[in-house]
Amino acid sequence: MVSGILLRGLLAGILAGLLAAGFSFLAGEPSIERAIAFETAMERAAAQPSEPEIVTRSVQRGAGLLTAYIVYGAATGGLFSLVFALAYGRVNCCDPQALSALLALAGFIALGLVPELKYPANPPAIGAPETIGARTALYFAMLAVSLLAMVLAATLAPPLAARLGSWNGALVSATVFVAVAGLAALALPPVDEVPGNFPASVLWNFRLASIGARVVLWAALGLTFGGITQIWLAGGKPGRS
Amino acid sequence: MNGFIHAPAIRPVPIPIREILPWAAFAGVLALLLIYFIGAEQGATALIAGHYVHEFVHDGRHLLAFPCH
Repeated sequence: MVSGILLRGLLAGILAGLLAAGFSFLAGEPSIERAIAFETAMERAAAQPSEPEIVTRSVQRGAGLLTAYIVYGAATGGLFSLVFALAYGRVNCCDPQALSALLALAGFIALGLVPELKYPANPPAIGAPETIGARTALYFAMLAVSLLAMVLAATLAPPLAARLGSWNGALVSATVFVAVAGLAALALPPVDEVPGNFPASVLWNFRLASIGARVVLWAALGLTFGGITQIWLAGGKPGRS
Repeated sequence: MNGFIHAPAIRPVPIPIREILPWAAFAGVLALLLIYFIGAEQGATALIAGHYVHEFVHDGRHLLAFPCH
């Protein structure tokens, strides 16, 4: 049972990674190229030598980008399917397809949207090499707090729904998530290393592409996994149970 | 919200935790390791010397919002 769910999570995750890589190639790569051009121009102006090219740009934006998203998608899909295995039959909400969509929405909010609001994605040329340790620690701390806040809100949701009704219960548990994640975001120090002369439109387009790719990834994961798992659990009969 | 709530005639039987646990331990550790290699290897910490892993997944790492450089 769990092996079948895990297998479907990996397959859906690989497909989601492929789609997100395609989206990123089309929507994100132009801003990366412009950011690298900015970085090179700054290095020339400061008469600094450019970093040696270990991997060519064409490999980075092709095979490298694809590999990163497929591996990330497969890993996320695997973890996602294990959470689904835990929630299935325990979360009294809906059929497997809708449960999968709901979990993917929660995953996107906790691991994509909320960390992005605090520590947004940055293109090349932004970020001082000497602060990488602190920035990595802060980013993973925000990911962890946001995920724990989501787990807390999901744990509180059933008893709250029983006491206050499904609408008000869901509102209160959502408020718990926003409050915990929001307080953590206020408490953690800001990171802003954008050079003053970095083109604003490149930064905006890059961040839009970055969050867009994660929307594609989580949506494709939740909907594909839900679809194939529902058919499998229903014994090969498609459609709603 | 109400349109989303669906009451199945038979609620599915939950999968016992002891059945999920070995898969969660094995696949969970593997998945986290993969995410580490995509997101953070040869950044703040490095298990492998050099910059090849970081440079290869460079664009994906930036777009997936992991701190880079």
